[in-house]
Amino acid sequence: MPKAKVTFEDIETTVNVPAGTRVIEVSEKIGAGIIYGCREGDCGTCMMHVLEGWNNLTEPSVLEEKVLRENMASRHDRLACQAQILGDCRVKPA
Amino acid sequence: MDAASHRDGIEIARGVHWIGALDPTLRTFDIILRTANGTTYNAYLVRGETGVAVIDTVKAEFADEFFARLESLARYEEIRVIVLNHLEPDHTGALPELMRRAPQAALYISTRATSMLKALLKPADGVLEYTTVSTGDEVDLGGRTLRFLHTPFLHWPDTQCTYLVEEKVLFSGDVFGCHYCDSRLFNDRVGDFRFSFDYYYAHIMRPFKAQVMDALRLIEPLPLATIAPTHGPILRERPRRYVTHYRELSTSSLSDRLDEDTRSLAVFYMSSYGNTARMAEAVYAGADELEGVRVSLYDLEGGEIGPFVDLIEAADGLAFGSPTINGDAVKPVWDLLSSLAVVNLKGKVGAAFGSYGWSGEAVRMIEDRMRGLKMRVPVPGLRVKLIPTEEELAECREFGRSLALALVGPREARVIELADLA
Repeated sequence: MPKAKVTFEDIETTVNVPAGTRVIEVSEKIGAGIIYGCREGDCGTCMMHVLEGWNNLTEPSVLEEKVLRENMASRHDRLACQAQILGDCRVKPA
Repeated sequence: MDAASHRDGIEIARGVHWIGALDPTLRTFDIILRTANGTTYNAYLVRGETGVAVIDTVKAEFADEFFARLESLARYEEIRVIVLNHLEPDHTGALPELMRRAPQAALYISTRATSMLKALLKPADGVLEYTTVSTGDEVDLGGRTLRFLHTPFLHWPDTQCTYLVEEKVLFSGDVFGCHYCDSRLFNDRVGDFRFSFDYYYAHIMRPFKAQVMDALRLIEPLPLATIAPTHGPILRERPRRYVTHYRELSTSSLSDRLDEDTRSLAVFYMSSYGNTARMAEAVYAGADELEGVRVSLYDLEGGEIGPFVDLIEAADGLAFGSPTINGDAVKPVWDLLSSLAVVNLKGKVGAAFGSYGWSGEAVRMIEDRMRGLKMRVPVPGLRVKLIPTEEELAECREFGRSLALALVGPREARVIELADLA
């Protein structure tokens, strides 16, 4: 199975994960600073900023785009409960 | 003029009227708040040379009173603007009917209110017209200027304040409000509502102290003749006192910090045979070895929920020790962990430990609860079967050290496998 590295900048920790893993599955276990609300892409609480590897995450869905817009997301922000890791990336809480 | 004796609007400033509703018999608001004096749902009407603005509405059951007061002052076709400072149903209950009666009126909401407005109105054809506004945006009513202040999270993401420049009236939404119904309406005429004011802050605004401070930075420079909140008395007599009081209420808990660099860790425990207590003492001792961390140890058996909640609010890190009884953490731990809606826990470091006899579920359950409360859980929980040995107590000390390290760093970059986290 292809692997990828996701780095949580706030706790300087990199985790090797199988490609396709959602960020939420890793960040909660490791205690990174990204926090969660509804966990289903609706509330915008888990917004994170992607520092590197923007193109190594799955594309945001139309619904995620809408939530990001409504929560005044800046460029390269994503919802950690929705984004799946396809390749190496570096993230931090938005 | 007494608002209970008639259904007309009541002037609060030149050309500005209260058109709200009285709810004197309410005793429980929104499940979480008690009120000995009921509440009011305050809405306001501002008349300019080129049109009328309605600022907020009332709870649906009180719509008749709201419309009667509105009709005493204006015709529906005169309404050009509807401002919604906060979309909670107690302020938007009469909105659908108002929009039906004044279809030409433009809706003004904060930039964060869009999704809530759509959820509230659920237009059948999906079409909804509104304008989002933020700090500095203005609406001109002809000689009357409504200026918006973006004040999110007071106490919902959507909240904003609206300032009437010419009359120096701040329509503050729930900020500076309280559940206190007195038909004399104004703070210089009603009974003593100080308890209700502080109680409201403690239950509604307290989790958002940082956002209150942000809002005060926008509000404090404004000349203020009147603060017109959405609940409770209208504050026209020395309104700035309430602004100052909000600043005091929002800063008090910060004053007990030792210094900017010191982090505090509070260790709470409950023990039946003394095993979890011994673990707690070892966790405390381990964390205390690190410079820059002030560690405190509390036996839940010996205290009340209220002061513990105060301690939790002020702490950077929290550890909970619980034995497992019948597959669950013990009630005093859950009692405390279910009393934290009034404080901000986001990003605090949490950890759990405990001794157990058979299955030891408590630690994982407490960790899940802390994650649910938006805390970080960077150090995996520690469980010990029955009486901790010297080696296991050493593990507890190491657990305490790791917890303290998570608070003060410095962090070294590390690489781990996802499978190792399970």
